[in-house]
Amino acid sequence: MNKVENNKAWFLVLPVFAIVAFSAIIPLMTVVNYSVQDIFDPQTRYFVGTEWFKMVMTDSDLHGALLRQFIFSFTILAIEIPLGIAVALMMPTKGRGASLALILVAIPLLIPWNVVGTIWQIFGRGDIGLFGAAMNGLGIDYNYASNPMHAWLTVVLMDVWHWTPLVALLCYSGLRAIPEVYYQAARIDRASRWAVFRYIQLPKLTNVLIIGVLLRFMDSFMIYAEPFVLTGGGPGTSTTFLSQSLVTQAIGQFDLGPAAAFSLVYFLIILAVCWVFYTTIMNMQKDK
Amino acid sequence: MAQITLNTLAHTYTDQPRGPEDYAIREMVHVWEQGGAYALLGPSGCGKSTLLNIISGLLEPSNGEVLFDGKRVNELRPEERNIAQVFQFPVVYDTMTVYDNLAFPLRNVGVPEHKVKSKVYEVAEILELTEQLKRKAKGLSADQKQKVSMGRGLVRDDVSAILFDEPLTVIDPQLKWKLRRKLKQIHEQFNITMVYVTHDQLEASTFADKIAVMYEGQIVQFGTPRQLFENPAHTFVGYFIGSPGMNFFEAEVTPEHLRFGQSILPASRHMLDYLHEHGIHKVTMGIRPEFVHVWEGKNDDAYEVDVDFVEDLGTYKILSFKFHGQVMKARLSEDQKVPSGQAYISFPEQWTKVYVDDYLVEVHA
Repeated sequence: MNKVENNKAWFLVLPVFAIVAFSAIIPLMTVVNYSVQDIFDPQTRYFVGTEWFKMVMTDSDLHGALLRQFIFSFTILAIEIPLGIAVALMMPTKGRGASLALILVAIPLLIPWNVVGTIWQIFGRGDIGLFGAAMNGLGIDYNYASNPMHAWLTVVLMDVWHWTPLVALLCYSGLRAIPEVYYQAARIDRASRWAVFRYIQLPKLTNVLIIGVLLRFMDSFMIYAEPFVLTGGGPGTSTTFLSQSLVTQAIGQFDLGPAAAFSLVYFLIILAVCWVFYTTIMNMQKDK
Repeated sequence: MAQITLNTLAHTYTDQPRGPEDYAIREMVHVWEQGGAYALLGPSGCGKSTLLNIISGLLEPSNGEVLFDGKRVNELRPEERNIAQVFQFPVVYDTMTVYDNLAFPLRNVGVPEHKVKSKVYEVAEILELTEQLKRKAKGLSADQKQKVSMGRGLVRDDVSAILFDEPLTVIDPQLKWKLRRKLKQIHEQFNITMVYVTHDQLEASTFADKIAVMYEGQIVQFGTPRQLFENPAHTFVGYFIGSPGMNFFEAEVTPEHLRFGQSILPASRHMLDYLHEHGIHKVTMGIRPEFVHVWEGKNDDAYEVDVDFVEDLGTYKILSFKFHGQVMKARLSEDQKVPSGQAYISFPEQWTKVYVDDYLVEVHA
């Protein structure tokens, strides 16, 4: 094959470079800039090397937040992924029921984050909230504002309520893409319901599940508004997740140096975990 | 192993059918004998696949019954009918190995593993898949996938029947021929009833002992390839089978003859009597290009016609001519003289068929 060398083609890529530079690289570089300097004002700044990073890495408050963050993300993944698949499998596929189900399932996704927090804050209250009152009525001394366990459960429940629909919709679209003939062949082969799920539906869902797992991991790892509105990170620090610690540090205490270092570490953790998820799932598909 | 009977079967996809044209399958009675190799031949959209899906139970017929060995199976699901079906596009279970794919239909009903193994190896051997057994089905080529699909039907040697829905569409031409031979061998070896849906007459006649030709939701003729060729029971069979198809023209019934334009056509006394008796004044006549007699020169028995053109197809030639303005074709063998300008042809009575309302009129002396 004869390849035509034409370096002018680079000019065509230029707009993309410009957009990516302004939207991603330059802002990120600003953070890098802050993370290695101590800046008092534009004229007064000192290079501090990795000092902020060391400080951030040894901060026990942040360790706690990181641990809580991981527990939270894995908990909601463990609930939302199987639950989303189950919901998608149960959704009707034909007629008016299908449209109705789609609308009902999509509703939580349309609600802004802090509104979700407010909804659950009221919903969970023992005096005026239906959920809180019902729990109390069942004889459970439910109080998310004072009991860390209850606060945790409420945050998890809220996230599951808010985001399982996303997984369900992704899976629903994946399931719709399976040709009818696969189900027919399975019936001819006398496959059980479980075998149909295990060998036809699940394999065909792998691609949408990769997207689902990555999106849900990234989003839950960055969760901020909902627990902030619901519990404010409490009681104590029991529901303080990473972003909230970061916001407190950057805006509350105005420690921009450590906050910048923290941001970078935060970003790298998300990147690394996503990479691990992606490679694991892709490897599961490969020929043994 | 079963004889499959379709009893006054009909199917429509609409809720309120208004006429026969709303039916994908028009009422039919048909029997597929146990152990036969059958083809269901017809153009796209004639209801072949619908009929197949009704037999396997994927579709429930709106009228009539399906009987396996005389027992009504309408209410049985495909799983319970013990029937195998191979679809047009290969269906494999991607995440399983070829071995597991072939073993799947057996394991689903709890066949012991040692029997599964021997059966899978036997079928893999026949389909030449032995080397691929340990591979994941995902990475296979289209024709290997289709072989796996077929294999899943063949491992079950106790099935009532194996139904094939245009299984070789995605396969390369050379391999097609080979696989068709394979199917035929398997049929002879296991003596399972096989119904093979196709729109390719060559495929149908190489595979099947008897062919059912379907047209607009009906089986218009059921017979051996030879019967379909020599004695088409319906004008559609004449047109669809053979290449080129049968020549048709409208003829008038006069007191003493059948007439087309100024030409008198051969017809037996019995035929004329029959037509008169039933008050039929117009008939469609059909003759295959292979049976049109082309004379060397002018002849008392021959009609003079204008030659349009001649197509050379290698081992034979197709002569196109105009007979009272109607284009017809005749087949010339390789050594036959090619007429130019004028040709002299005749229609042997034995091969000139008479159709009324598209159906063959047969009168026996």
